[in-house]
Amino acid sequence: MAVLCLAEVVGGALVLDATSKAVTGSAQLGDVTLLVCGPATAAEEAAKISGVSKVLLADDAAYANGLAENIAGLITGLSGDFSHITAASTSIAKNVLPRVAALLDVMILSDVIEVIDADTFKRPIYAGNALQTVKTSDAIKVLTFRTATLELAADGGSATVEAAAGAGDAGLSSHISDAVVSSDRPELTSAGVVVSGGRGVGSEDDFALITSLADKLGGAVGASRAAVDSGFAANDLQVGQTGKVVAPDLYVAIGISGAIQHLAGMKDSKVIVAINKDEEAPIFQVADFGLVADLFSAVPEMIEKL
Amino acid sequence: MKVLVPVKRVIDYNVKVKVSSDGSGVDLTNVKMSMNPFDEIAVEEAIRLKEAGIATEVLVVSIGEKKSSDTLRSAMAMGADRAILITTDQGVTIEPLAVAKLLKAVIDEEAPDLVIAGKQAIDNDMNATGQMLAALLGWGQATFASELKIEDGNAIVTREVDGGLQTISVKLPAIVTADLRLNEPRYASLPNIMKAKKKPLDEKAAADFDVDITPRHTIVTTEEPADRAAGIMVGSVDELIAKLKEGGLV
Repeated sequence: MAVLCLAEVVGGALVLDATSKAVTGSAQLGDVTLLVCGPATAAEEAAKISGVSKVLLADDAAYANGLAENIAGLITGLSGDFSHITAASTSIAKNVLPRVAALLDVMILSDVIEVIDADTFKRPIYAGNALQTVKTSDAIKVLTFRTATLELAADGGSATVEAAAGAGDAGLSSHISDAVVSSDRPELTSAGVVVSGGRGVGSEDDFALITSLADKLGGAVGASRAAVDSGFAANDLQVGQTGKVVAPDLYVAIGISGAIQHLAGMKDSKVIVAINKDEEAPIFQVADFGLVADLFSAVPEMIEKL
Repeated sequence: MKVLVPVKRVIDYNVKVKVSSDGSGVDLTNVKMSMNPFDEIAVEEAIRLKEAGIATEVLVVSIGEKKSSDTLRSAMAMGADRAILITTDQGVTIEPLAVAKLLKAVIDEEAPDLVIAGKQAIDNDMNATGQMLAALLGWGQATFASELKIEDGNAIVTREVDGGLQTISVKLPAIVTADLRLNEPRYASLPNIMKAKKKPLDEKAAADFDVDITPRHTIVTTEEPADRAAGIMVGSVDELIAKLKEGGLV
């Protein structure tokens, strides 16, 4: 079995966390070839991930911005040598891989959480309220891995780097601009600690309480969909079925009631702390430690005492 | 400009699903069904394009059991002009690849300039139909849209991506998939619900299309996720911090 895994490259830099975890998932299926759409520096870094046997480098402006039409064309051109085509479930992979699958006339398996065998995979449906094991009859298996519960691959690899080329620009789409929020905080999906705020936080200004606690704990900031919809926090901070899925060592939910759609995004966290003034809030049913308190007094007290 | 919006009838997003006892899927008997929320956003966006004088017609298409006609009527009550229902046998799973193939057949006939779809259906959470349809048509795609503008034969789309936003331009005809923040869908008014009953709804059978819709996936089992062990309630911030320190978490 041979696996072609699409490395996560954003802004010309390898996203090591997502790529390395995707390699861990892919290595269960066979020999891993990593496809890097980016500069040679990203390929060199990718080659150091243990478990990668070869890196294919596609250093072409057409592939630089995650444009699905161009990258899907590149991958289908390379697909002949592989039994599986994989990636981490990132916004780039979710955009590109279903297109690849349709071009190859196969189905896709999104958000795989467990490899049973080469054709059989477990994945969440209904926002994680059910887990389904499916067996595919397709010759080439195209899948994305949910990385929250995958371990990082070791470093110290020394894969060879080869150039790969495809048709380049399909002429269907073009990149205009990126508005990426730069932050010194850890990235949400790979952070060891995540502090999230919900509707109970009340306003965008008061959301600063959440960020302060996150900074105190050296963690990332998250938000419930209610907080995002109310304009308290940016959408890329959203944790849940329609946002990011996280599984940190410590997840602190503040002013979050615990809607099904939010729980789907964080219930695999190792330890969950919930602070909410409503003792009936469903979040307490999944929390390891629950505190019924007004967040406007409890959170400042925590920041002070930690 | 003609806009086509595919819509799917799914378990209402407020319903807590239960796995069926034979593990074949989830229990759908006597469960409230609604339009997939992302599809509602897609319908709303298409109607807004029509209200802005950019779109001339909004066509909604659904693939599923006969009851999916309810979903199409809801879309027409919001403001869509007409509907096509492609019926499938009860209990048959139509996977995103098959949906994309059936939609392609409709699109070859209807020739819309733009397709707006929901980014994912909240039942199988596959997040694939729009991308697959774009591939089969050889069209450009702009997924996870939070803003859509039509300019000089292009769709200028701001997309929700990891870490922020990306703006791209795709040549029309194209597929756009709707993310949550694209708009807030309207409620249909009672007069519009009545009017929608008189709007045209064409019914066709999936079997009449020359398309292979055989599922590629076989469901081995469906199970409930493991429950988390019950936690404890603490009485104060001090107690909470003590517990976290005990666990080496802070």
